[in-house]
Amino acid sequence: MKKLVIGVTALNAIDSPGPGVAVIRAIRDCKDFEVRIIGLAYESMEPGLYMHDLIDKTYQIPYPSGGTEPLLARLEYIQEKENMDLIIPNFDAELFNFIKIQDKLLAIGIRTFLPDLDQLEARDKMQLAAFGKKNGFLVPKEYYIHEFNELKKMETDLNYPIVVKGKFYDAIISNSFEQVEKAFLKIQAKWGLPIILQEFIKGTEINIAALGDGEGNTISVIPMRKLYITDKGKAWAGVTLEDDKLLHLGRKFIQSTNWRGGCELEVMLTSTGKPYILEVNPRFPAWIYLTAAAGQNQPATLVKMAMGEKIDAFENYDVGKIFIRYAWDLITDITEFQKIAGNGEL
Amino acid sequence: MQIRKNIATSEEGFIFNPSTGDSFSTNNIGTEIILLLKQENQVQEIVKAMCSKYDVEPILLERDLDEFMTLLKEFNLLEQK
Repeated sequence: MKKLVIGVTALNAIDSPGPGVAVIRAIRDCKDFEVRIIGLAYESMEPGLYMHDLIDKTYQIPYPSGGTEPLLARLEYIQEKENMDLIIPNFDAELFNFIKIQDKLLAIGIRTFLPDLDQLEARDKMQLAAFGKKNGFLVPKEYYIHEFNELKKMETDLNYPIVVKGKFYDAIISNSFEQVEKAFLKIQAKWGLPIILQEFIKGTEINIAALGDGEGNTISVIPMRKLYITDKGKAWAGVTLEDDKLLHLGRKFIQSTNWRGGCELEVMLTSTGKPYILEVNPRFPAWIYLTAAAGQNQPATLVKMAMGEKIDAFENYDVGKIFIRYAWDLITDITEFQKIAGNGEL
Repeated sequence: MQIRKNIATSEEGFIFNPSTGDSFSTNNIGTEIILLLKQENQVQEIVKAMCSKYDVEPILLERDLDEFMTLLKEFNLLEQK
């Protein structure tokens, strides 16, 4: 059996974790192929770098803000040494660049399994309302604020609570105009403009991990309820659910976008059972290992699909399967840190 | 009203609703009642079964059962037939 060489990003297994380590764990769980895992890291303190039982070798890559050229140049260098078959990018912010260079990567032997740019943009935070309207999904009402003065004019129009969200990240629930202003300025300072004001939907937080084949077919869909939520709103524990309407929602999203690859729907289920889509993440979530534990190994299936294997849709999974995240102090040595910080390789 | 078909229960009185992810625990009597509900027994049949097993006035049992059923409904564990 040929050993597949797979590059994986998002090794920041911190309190607001990137999905990379979970993706690798799921891939390594699969007994249908052997793998050599190449970690692709942005920073030298990403914990995944030091997990040598999961990652065989790590290379630093340039930040997404640098654009496609430095990324491609770095990946060409890595490819000469590693001969990668596939790269699975797992950060929202890097996807644009990887999609842009996917043909060039393929030309040097590196496959990807990603949505196209239209699909990526359709589910963008700034397009969510239009996307919901077009495809018949329930989404919260949203206002996009491009300058602080615009916000001032809305003082009498807002209903509370309301969610103030950054373009890329962060969401603060605000109960008064003063709180909205404060949240606006805080998020603006961190993520810039525009700021999104989103209708607050009360309910139960559900996440759905789904995998599409790019032709409208859903290969896997697993809903998870957050059982424990951190102060950053991340699931620290969760349980797989059995709910036809959530499965239908996941399948409908994949079908209406022809989604290719993994994605995560963040859903608020109201007390009357209405599922509102709050956000769609264009990559696997950090809890993706739960899909493997529940019987639908989405990362391993993506690997097979990327390598050209024809895959039938999964039908069953274990309901009531729980994940509980934990923190663990990994011990390493300064020489390890020196290798990645000094040479960009470990 | 009857208990939702997909509700999972254990002998120890643990109840899991796989549609919502909610879990609950109940005592031995609650566990027995849920088991009888799962076997599609009607309220009167449950009263009869429990009265024949335990030393309890039917009217008291009916009242407690009514309260328990209200709780199950509140917790979204019941559905219309």
